[in-house]
Amino acid sequence: MAITNSYIQEKLTEKFGEQVTNFEETYGMLSFESPKEFNLKVLQFLYDEPTLSFQFMTDLTAVHYPKQVGRELAVVYHLHNLVENVRLRFKVFTDVNTPDVFTASKLFEAANWMERETYDFFGINFVGHPNLKRVLNVDEMDYFPLRKEFPLEDQTRIDKDDEMFGRG
Amino acid sequence: MRPVRFNIKAKTANIADAIGAPPPGFAGEGFFSTKMSDVVGLARKNSLWPLPFATSCCGIEFMATMASHYDLSRFGAERVGFSPRQCDLLMVMGTISKKMGPVLRQVYLQMAEPRWVIAVGACASSGGIFDTYSVLQGIDQVIPVDVYVPGCPPRPEAIIDGFMRIQDLVGQESVRRRNGEQYKALLNSYGIE
Repeated sequence: MAITNSYIQEKLTEKFGEQVTNFEETYGMLSFESPKEFNLKVLQFLYDEPTLSFQFMTDLTAVHYPKQVGRELAVVYHLHNLVENVRLRFKVFTDVNTPDVFTASKLFEAANWMERETYDFFGINFVGHPNLKRVLNVDEMDYFPLRKEFPLEDQTRIDKDDEMFGRG
Repeated sequence: MRPVRFNIKAKTANIADAIGAPPPGFAGEGFFSTKMSDVVGLARKNSLWPLPFATSCCGIEFMATMASHYDLSRFGAERVGFSPRQCDLLMVMGTISKKMGPVLRQVYLQMAEPRWVIAVGACASSGGIFDTYSVLQGIDQVIPVDVYVPGCPPRPEAIIDGFMRIQDLVGQESVRRRNGEQYKALLNSYGIE
């Protein structure tokens, strides 16, 4: 029996009640959010519950929404049930000033490097991560380049004429 | 409609341009005497060993340059070495990220003097379109560069032209230039002893 999105939503609401919110279905893929303190509980439930068994982490990344005060950073988990071939998207939001989120690397080995990458680009502090350091950028980098407050262009350049690059 | 005309200022091929005219000297029956530095320059410029440091599409153009149609070996660069310790000419072709900067510098340091560097393409010369947090804005931030080849990517003709400019430099270089104060100051400005 293929599990449906409404069945997943039903199971989650039954277990977590008011803590899981903002259910939506975009292009057939379920997406919802929970408070960041519950991220491991929700992931563990989705992993352990025999009828759900979302035991494969496809992706883990973050999004920066500078206009949502108090919930600027979203950490996004993409999970996959390989048996039923069902995917879902799970988000937790956090304040940009205290970007502490519990690490999922104890539950999914795949989360280890993906959390390092997310730390590298967005500065999410994954509490409990075994080796939280930069993985793609140079170690000397002192900012998180994909946060919106940092311009995309290299700020160290001195020889380029802004007018020639369309930002004069 | 505008008539299409190619190469309206075509230069006729001149063998002396390619391999270099014989240096000024005294010739007689069966002998020729000239300055040592001229002979060394002539020998060096026609037997450069390039080290390709190819990271992206300019490297593909270099492959065409090396292949039979354009044939870089006509210029004495038959032997492309893949060890920096054997090579004279570092050809940097492609985008160099900031994380690769120290690697490129290490490769340069491993080359023995005399050594020359050619930056092929917009990315190696200036960062090109990648004006971004992860890309080195020109390899001259980490190593000294002798010749820049523009283009994105440059055609093989442009790479060959850049190579011939390198040959001009090599042929005219004094054998004592590498011991000069100016050269040491240049290397020191890059933090190289």
